[in-house]
Amino acid sequence: MTMNATGRPTTPQISDAHAMTTMSGSRGLLQDVGLIFEIGSPEKTGVDLPALSGRADRLGGVTRKTQTGLPGLSEPEAVRHYVRLSQRNYAIDLGLFPLGSCTMKHNPRLNEKIARLPGFADIHPLQPQRTVQGALALIDELATWLKTLTGMPAVAMSPKAGAHGELCGMLAIRAALQARGQGEIRKRVLVPESAHGTNPATAVQCGFVVDEIKANARGRVDMDDLRAKLESSDDIAGIMLTNPNTCGLFETDIKEIADLIHNAGGYFYCDGANFNAIVGRVRPGDLGVDAMHINLHKTFSTPHGGGGPGSGPTVLSDALAPYAPVPFVIKNDDGFRLVESVAKDGAQSFGRMVAFHGQMGMFTRALAYMLSHGTDGLKQVAEDAVLNANYIQARLKHVMTPAFDGYCMHEALFSDAFTAEGIETMDIAKALIDEGYHPMTMYFPLVVHGAMLIEPTETESKQELDRFCASLESIARRAGQGDESLKTAPHLAPMKRLDETQAARKPILKWSPPAPQAVAAE
Amino acid sequence: MRYLPLTNLDRVDMLATIGAKTVDDFYQDVPEFARLSGTIHGLPDHQGELAVERHLAKLAALNTAASDGPFFVGCGAYKHHVPASVDMIIQRSEFLTTYTPYQPEIAQGTLQTLFEFQTQVAAMTAMDVANASMYDGSTACAEAALMACRATRRKKVVLSGGVHPHYGAATRLLCEAQGIEVVQLPSAVDGEVELIAALDDATACVIGQSPNVFGTVTDMSDIADAAHEKKALFVSVFTEAVSLGLITPPGEMGADIAVGEGQSIGNSLNFGGPYVGLFACTQKLTRQMPGRLCGQTVDAEDKRGFVLTLSTREQHIRRDKATSNICTNSGLCALAFTAHMTLLGGKGLHDLAVLNHEAACDLADALADIPGVEILTPRFFNEFALRTPLDAEAVLTMLDERGILGGVRASRLLEGGAMGDVIIAAATECTSPEDITAYADALREIV
Repeated sequence: MTMNATGRPTTPQISDAHAMTTMSGSRGLLQDVGLIFEIGSPEKTGVDLPALSGRADRLGGVTRKTQTGLPGLSEPEAVRHYVRLSQRNYAIDLGLFPLGSCTMKHNPRLNEKIARLPGFADIHPLQPQRTVQGALALIDELATWLKTLTGMPAVAMSPKAGAHGELCGMLAIRAALQARGQGEIRKRVLVPESAHGTNPATAVQCGFVVDEIKANARGRVDMDDLRAKLESSDDIAGIMLTNPNTCGLFETDIKEIADLIHNAGGYFYCDGANFNAIVGRVRPGDLGVDAMHINLHKTFSTPHGGGGPGSGPTVLSDALAPYAPVPFVIKNDDGFRLVESVAKDGAQSFGRMVAFHGQMGMFTRALAYMLSHGTDGLKQVAEDAVLNANYIQARLKHVMTPAFDGYCMHEALFSDAFTAEGIETMDIAKALIDEGYHPMTMYFPLVVHGAMLIEPTETESKQELDRFCASLESIARRAGQGDESLKTAPHLAPMKRLDETQAARKPILKWSPPAPQAVAAE
Repeated sequence: MRYLPLTNLDRVDMLATIGAKTVDDFYQDVPEFARLSGTIHGLPDHQGELAVERHLAKLAALNTAASDGPFFVGCGAYKHHVPASVDMIIQRSEFLTTYTPYQPEIAQGTLQTLFEFQTQVAAMTAMDVANASMYDGSTACAEAALMACRATRRKKVVLSGGVHPHYGAATRLLCEAQGIEVVQLPSAVDGEVELIAALDDATACVIGQSPNVFGTVTDMSDIADAAHEKKALFVSVFTEAVSLGLITPPGEMGADIAVGEGQSIGNSLNFGGPYVGLFACTQKLTRQMPGRLCGQTVDAEDKRGFVLTLSTREQHIRRDKATSNICTNSGLCALAFTAHMTLLGGKGLHDLAVLNHEAACDLADALADIPGVEILTPRFFNEFALRTPLDAEAVLTMLDERGILGGVRASRLLEGGAMGDVIIAAATECTSPEDITAYADALREIV
């Protein structure tokens, strides 16, 4: 044991800190935390409400028979409860979050401040339109940015998330086909087998039938398979294609694909999840796209919030624009106006997807981000995102197995071919947790065995990338050597691996009071 | 550029490591005609915080905020007070800047709050189980209709004339895309019970709302019974979550699925979004539910923990056979809901609901006193419809000129612009006696 100048030991005396238990259940800064139903009580409250007047009610007897019984907490207890819980989460603000296809970039705090201005946060969607002209101007300005960056003539702003944007695009395609009198015939949608699961799910939700197309050895659409699928094309509604695709590659034949689909009488839906790789450098409108959703929570930095809210404005080509959902904003001499009804100005609209006008709270954040970066900065965003991903691929290709040859776009994809027998992608992912990182996307896309999809984004410094690569390199070597300790990783996280099978077999989806102890015979 | 950490020297170094000359090398797969040289025209270059804030603050200042004066606008979104600590909690980096909790070992914060959320929503709606949220109330309603069709293997949905018209439109859109027939009953202030007559053996579900879009509260137990007799499901909708503290909740009426908007608890008005859809159902229907579900389990050391579960329903596993295409939900809005509910507790929710109701009763009394004004809603929670002798739009404009946002004209929501003389007005705990007096005085002057 080493000693310092005063003769005190400099290394902990207990070598395995995890063997140590504590009376409180807490571990240093990590506090033990129960469920609010265990620590709260119905007598406690964290809000002081004015006295009730006790006047006669006008409910006509439609009153609750049994109270909710939910416990409350005082403000100090509630704040502590949630802050303690928060400390069990990994987050971008703590470190690199390399989830492929999720674009976990820094969330600027200016955006949070802007979104909370009372003129945006404290306005009602059904106020008279003359009292919300600034909000409508903001939606119009954001729409202009989105249309200009994508080179598309129109955008539907109301979709609530990426998958909702897919729904918007596919419903527009359905409406366009119906207008041509082919709605009942053209039901087949081509979807690459590498696609996000939302693509086939969306197509089916719109009443289409999914026909999978293969990937070639270069991770792109297999053009022979595509041509074969189009040989008889009377039933083709369109294609749903992610570009750059889910292998992190640009679809080389994108223009030919678009032409083939258009010649077959179908439409081209582009999944815009990976727009971050090309923003400011390539306009999807130039490639023959008819519809594309844009995840404001990916490319345009609105926070992911632990699973939403997202926002999925969907740009549309001239062919689909007339069918855009209500509401939309138009500008006339008196200012901005919301078209809310399919009756007058929206006669060809396919309808309304959602109550009100879309994710205003995300619009404010995204526009603040766009204005901050500007058109020059957004181009740099794409370039740095792609540079960072290629740097990771270059640094790791000697110890891991790149899924495809050549440069990648904004994410680097590896297969598990480099691992020793018995070591899986899951083990590598969990070992990254011990190194202080969130795992990469695992087992996706499905076309690569044991896929590991790493997307660093542009908001990581070279130092951070070097640290990350050093960590992953060491894990990869251990995986190559069959290091068994990987199988039980993570060792240093707040929890060990969780039993997902048990959770699904007997689902416990809410808290219930513990069963009373069996009472002895009376 | 303040959000970009790489220096030019870094970039040169990194390109050398990669063995590329310039970043253009990475874009070789882009067809040549589509490669842009320079920046995209027609948009400004980057700006500092100060400039961005000035520009956007100017736009914000053009809007009238709900707190700027007497405010009575509702119809699916409500002005409530949100405790300061709620906003502090959702701005914690670890909640704000994290992803869907796919890696449970480092996401217990999000997962446990979702478990708490599901428990609270189930208790408030008096239903067996709730999911981890939907985009909003309207999309939750549409998904409920689809779920009922899956569960009953039938293809017909009936909407009452009191369901929020935006909810009806969102539901109609999704159903019709899947070949499901949607019957919309005519708009009616107090007509939820008409659902019973519309039931037949082909009906998958009937959808009723309480409080409905005109504010009417209804015990829909008879509707549930009638639906069950026909082996159909009853879907109970609400747009005002605070009402659950006082009025008969869906579970007490025999609902199979309860859906609604949770914005009122913990969330700002935000001009319509983001909000948080609540979705609950009976135990029996659990595996038919759309969206994320959080469940309890143990880790390798037998410690209690939480994971996303039953994902075999979901798009990332089931692809074209998934129960829904939903991926993202409203995680952070659900956290705001849960934090606010934890501060309120059951008693706080009840008292808050009573305060809302009392404010609405006081408002109704004050307005009913005005000659020519008629309150149309027979039983209400915090919102009701009123008729004046004048066109509703003209009345609301004149109120606005007096600094009062007096409600929503029914014709803005209803198809064909029906009920042109009807205004729907809401009151909440934020409505003061002075606000009510101001509204009544102004309306008396106008009509």
